[in-house]
Amino acid sequence: MKEIERNCKKRLFLNWFVQALVFVITGLSLVPLFFILFYLTKQGIGSVNWSFLTHLPRPVGESGGGVLNAIIGTLIIASLSTIMAIPIGVTAGIYLAEKKTGKLVHLLRLSTDILQSTPSIVLGVIAYLWIVKPAQSFSAFSGSVALAMMMLPTIVSSTEETLKLIPYTLKEASLALGVPYYRTVLKVILPSGISGILTGTLLGIARIAGETAPLLFTAFGSPYLNFNLFKPMNALPLVIFNYASSPYLEWWRQAWGASFILIVMVLCFNLLAKWGASKWKIKF
Amino acid sequence: MEDKILITEKLYAYYGEHCVLKDVNLEIPKFKITAIMGPSGCGKTTLLRCFNRLHELSPGGRIEGQIWLGKTNLLSLNPIMVRRKIGMVFQRPNPFPTMSIYDNVIAGYKLNGIKIKREEADQIVETSLKKAALWNEVKDFLHRKGTFLSGGQQQRLCIARALAMHPEALLLDEPTSALDPKSTAHIEELIIELKDSVTIVIVTHNIGQAGRVADYTAFLYLGELVEFGPTERLFTAPKDKRTEEYLSGKFG
Amino acid sequence: MKDIKTDRRDIFFHKVLALASWVVVCLVLGILITLILSSLPIFKAAGLGFLFHKVWDPVNHRFGAMPFLAGTLLTSFLALVFSLPFSLAIALFLGEYFYQGAIASFFQSATELLAGIPSVIYGLWGIFVLVPLVRKLEMKLGILPYGVGIFTASLILSIMIIPYAASIAREVISLVPTELKEAAYGLGATRWEVIKHIIIPYARSGIFAGILLSLGRAIGETMAVTMVIGNNNQFPTSIFAPGNTMASVIANEFTEATSNIYLSALIGIALLLFLVTTVVNIIGRYIIKRLSVKK
Repeated sequence: MKEIERNCKKRLFLNWFVQALVFVITGLSLVPLFFILFYLTKQGIGSVNWSFLTHLPRPVGESGGGVLNAIIGTLIIASLSTIMAIPIGVTAGIYLAEKKTGKLVHLLRLSTDILQSTPSIVLGVIAYLWIVKPAQSFSAFSGSVALAMMMLPTIVSSTEETLKLIPYTLKEASLALGVPYYRTVLKVILPSGISGILTGTLLGIARIAGETAPLLFTAFGSPYLNFNLFKPMNALPLVIFNYASSPYLEWWRQAWGASFILIVMVLCFNLLAKWGASKWKIKF
Repeated sequence: MEDKILITEKLYAYYGEHCVLKDVNLEIPKFKITAIMGPSGCGKTTLLRCFNRLHELSPGGRIEGQIWLGKTNLLSLNPIMVRRKIGMVFQRPNPFPTMSIYDNVIAGYKLNGIKIKREEADQIVETSLKKAALWNEVKDFLHRKGTFLSGGQQQRLCIARALAMHPEALLLDEPTSALDPKSTAHIEELIIELKDSVTIVIVTHNIGQAGRVADYTAFLYLGELVEFGPTERLFTAPKDKRTEEYLSGKFG
Repeated sequence: MKDIKTDRRDIFFHKVLALASWVVVCLVLGILITLILSSLPIFKAAGLGFLFHKVWDPVNHRFGAMPFLAGTLLTSFLALVFSLPFSLAIALFLGEYFYQGAIASFFQSATELLAGIPSVIYGLWGIFVLVPLVRKLEMKLGILPYGVGIFTASLILSIMIIPYAASIAREVISLVPTELKEAAYGLGATRWEVIKHIIIPYARSGIFAGILLSLGRAIGETMAVTMVIGNNNQFPTSIFAPGNTMASVIANEFTEATSNIYLSALIGIALLLFLVTTVVNIIGRYIIKRLSVKK
């Protein structure tokens, strides 16, 4: 009996020990997060003010200057990518949800998986080879194409997953009213899944808005405010990268400021997605 | 004899190679309630889904033989036209969650892109909801989503949606199997009231329900039509042994 | 008449759906073909030796991808080692100890937040916070205090892949049937014994898949690594030495590639990167898919 009791104590101690270990390590893993957020806020907030948001960059040596062009550039490039990715992504997602099996379904699944795992820098190389090189000019458009390719798999899979959750009875109800298949999909199934698709899209935007690698040799960056899609355009991640690798104190400060704005933007898209997911949710 | 409206001749239905209906010859009388009953898996739902050709949408679904709606051969028509002439109500209430009650009733018009005037739409909504005995309960919030209604109300909304298309026949696929007894009684009363204006075919595995509402009853077993006749006659003096066994609760 | 019109529209609709799907498929094929065609010159010039040469000297037209292969392997592998205990702990914490409630949702949001921070911000933080710290460490250890280098890059990478690895591991752990766990508890096992004898063995292949997918992530990660790795094209001699990964050398030198062969060499590296991440990911996803089906 003594033997068993001692054994039990040992086991219970080990159990307690592992639990404590798991808790401590989990807690520790959040340290970098707070560390990063702390620095971002500390360094960032100090650099962000009205003139930082509303002015263009100034040359080295002059103080002041802001990142207005980069904010606008990021918004333009991200919107353009979204506009390009949504029609193809949603349509392909419908195909996956409706067909379920077949050769093209397998190919499409494989392709979205590959695209999802492709490093963003490779997509930048591709956009360079497809657009920048033939056009002989860096452009916002080529950057958007690279980001759209990044966004595509997110939209395809969120569309597919949302539509798969819609009860089949809804489709039957529509078909039994004599509604043609295409109208059933467009007017019954798609509206019922719209919240999931929008959430997926917002998460996709949040993911691409902070991407730098695909823009390095496509949108390239520019110190000017530019609305021409076929000219180089600035973006917040590019500003952060370029300023951080510069040797100037003032630019480092601005890099933190730009990071702060970027993280707020990304967070907003994430929160919007979460909020939208519950707000637009459709009960069946 | 009364007019016949839905007639099947040598009807066979398949799922891939699997034959689920064998040589069904059935004549469904106009403006009457016909119940189709039988144990689970006997093909009663499939038969119903042949009438509006939903069966063909199931994977491997195939129909052979003939189905007549009055003088028109349903199998030669486009399925879409068939479904506009024959309404259907399903086991579980399935109002469209994105639409208001109003829009749910005229969904058949909206989704099909059939243009109707505003007053006409109002008229259709009111009469359909009245026919479905739902008007008094929902008339004050027609423009709210239908999903907050109770199960029974939702099912009556689905009936109104089907009636709005002025169908020649209404197919009910175990319409009360997901409802509580009170809502079930309500729907049964409604079905009886409706038979003056529309032919009703109801699938049920509840023998009592068939006895309560149906003028005629068909008994299906293993994909075959075993017996068909006036409900009273079928219940009191079944000609086939299998019908008798089923009614006495031997199987299913 | 109207019937035919509807039928035609339905057929057209199906064609549009299929067309969009083909666009995605062709996009991926196009990426592969473009990479292969554009990297042909370097493979013609150097053959497969391109992959194994240890010297990368664009000025003298000598292109060997080995330093970058080594850099990528080292950083990703180290990052995995650093992050594994953390991601496993989080996965157990969220998947077994606290799978619901306020604490769980707090940690859930925190890891999601960590995953949502753009890579370039990790890089910025790395340059100004992590690099000085590593430099101090290196001084204590008595080695050249670069601060930047493979070790620093691995640290950043490990922070970045923790949330990703943890979420996969958590998902896999939640796939362990409750009946199995309850059976073990019913026999008097402690929680640790259930984890050790039931959960870990059951989830082993899934955790392996998670490791593979995180590896894929780490291999392809560009910006944060580029900013702290030191951009040195020598074959790395120690884990504290500055180096370059496949992704970071492309990021650094692509716009400077003046000659065709130089560009082609960089695209060759991109092709390699694409193939490696694709293979690693497909294997990982395949394992996870099989695991979920098994359940």
